[in-house]
Amino acid sequence: MAEPITITGPAAQFRPPSRFKTLLTEPKVLFGGGFILLLLVIAILAPLIAPKNPLEQDLMLGSLPPAWLDGAEPGYYLGTDDLGRDVLSRLLYGSRIALFVAVVSASLAALIGTVLGLLAGWYGGWTDRIISRIVDIWMAFPPVLLSILLVAVFGSGVHSVIAAIVIIDWTRFCRVIRAETLAQAQLDYITAARTVGFPRMKILTREIFPNIVPVLIALVSLEMGIAVVVEAILSFVGLSVSSDTPTWGGMIAQGRQLIHHAWWLLVAPLAVLFATVLAFNQLGGGLRRAFDPVMRR
Amino acid sequence: MTDMLLNVTGLSAVSDREGGLPVLRDVSLSLKKGEVRGLVGESGAGKSTIAKAILGILPRTVRVTGGWINFKNRDLLAMKPQELRSIMGSEIALIPQDPQTALNPGRRIGAQLADGLRLKRGLSARAAEARALQLLADVQIRDPDRVMASFPHQLSGGMRQRVLIAAAFAVDPELVVADEPTTALDVTVQKEILRLIRRMQEAHGTGVLFVTHDLGIVAQICDSVTLLYAGKVIEEGPVRSVLENPQHAYTRALIAAGPRYDRPDAGLEPVPEEIFHALRQEIGIR
Repeated sequence: MAEPITITGPAAQFRPPSRFKTLLTEPKVLFGGGFILLLLVIAILAPLIAPKNPLEQDLMLGSLPPAWLDGAEPGYYLGTDDLGRDVLSRLLYGSRIALFVAVVSASLAALIGTVLGLLAGWYGGWTDRIISRIVDIWMAFPPVLLSILLVAVFGSGVHSVIAAIVIIDWTRFCRVIRAETLAQAQLDYITAARTVGFPRMKILTREIFPNIVPVLIALVSLEMGIAVVVEAILSFVGLSVSSDTPTWGGMIAQGRQLIHHAWWLLVAPLAVLFATVLAFNQLGGGLRRAFDPVMRR
Repeated sequence: MTDMLLNVTGLSAVSDREGGLPVLRDVSLSLKKGEVRGLVGESGAGKSTIAKAILGILPRTVRVTGGWINFKNRDLLAMKPQELRSIMGSEIALIPQDPQTALNPGRRIGAQLADGLRLKRGLSARAAEARALQLLADVQIRDPDRVMASFPHQLSGGMRQRVLIAAAFAVDPELVVADEPTTALDVTVQKEILRLIRRMQEAHGTGVLFVTHDLGIVAQICDSVTLLYAGKVIEEGPVRSVLENPQHAYTRALIAAGPRYDRPDAGLEPVPEEIFHALRQEIGIR
């Protein structure tokens, strides 16, 4: 054997950066993830950090404005609703339902959609035809109507909301994952693995799936944002959890009626909802960039 | 005939996508053990189709209409998929054209090199890793440890191609099909890769079918050459005699079309239209 070649220049100093470090240099991940993390802490610690009991009514202190406006009462930082309940405390407690629904429903929808999408894209033929037709038919139903219908059938409650989101949104995952699988299956390394006789299932799990994870992560994060909105919609129409549990959607519905003399009752939950969905979307996009070995350059 | 490795006899194929257009016309070629044969032709001449037919990865739109591919006196075309899979990646290996897509972007080099060794040679994870390290050193990668732990996108094109050469020779195959392995690389890297393939081939005594469109590469690396046009063998023989004393007008024109570094004013003459005309008549294309 001849002497080994010597590499100098940038390639010689190059060390693969750790994934964690790459994540922290991605501003979208930093801000989106930071906000979600904060929200998570708030949701878990809500009973400890909420200044008031979110259900405690005090009709003498109804419709108080936020602390920086005239007529505010000390201790009620974001004011009170018409029943005298503390808006800030209700928002903090509302994050519990929102995050719980987001995490559980997005994960379940991802699980179902990914498994079916991988199978459809990889095995093709009848497997693909059957799964794809089901997805097509599924997607023909208007989602909001379908979710209202489903919750009406299952009865209201947080589990019904989760079930409705999963049943509607697994198709989102299925479609994208199937397309990604098809694209990966075209590449030479998959042809090579097939030609030399790797077991098909092993190619799917070891070669294809890892390359789909970046897309999957982005989708899950986006789906969490969607789930937060859907939960809010269902609370808005009164089909989510019972009305004595504070939810952002419920607060929006309540605030809508009082918009003319207590605008903060609508604006506060809307702002939180908006920020949460934005954070999920940013996090999804950022994670995708950070994890994708091809985009990460 | 014991030293004959590969014998393609009268291979014909048509493309169903182009309405039954013949893509291979009665192609015959042979490869001895330890021989490097260049398979040369323009785009669409059928050189890649032959390579794919040998590897059993012809697209569904291409149909073989006649002929045999004998590998060590067994007809690859008549084999069951299961038998084929046991030969591919074991007795026959591929050096692919595009090092970009031939490696899984999501897995480390070490794991990918170990795969073939574990599947085809039954090595343990540890033994496969040790062997993979040795192989990377064999293809003259300076710090194999780092490359083993790298993802493909962290390596240059030349490095990736070295890894793929290591992977091809890892299983000690008897036949390596090299499908334009230097086309996607810089000219400066090309030469190193060619030398490397030649050295690995000599060290392992491997027969290589080298697909390329570049007669210059053929002159550097091949022992013999088969020249194709429109799916038909135009000329065939030892490299020296074909390049120095071409029999066919098309071969002569192709050689004249190559750049001449010694005489910059000569060369780069496109193949004259009359020659194509005569060729088409000879093959029987209207």
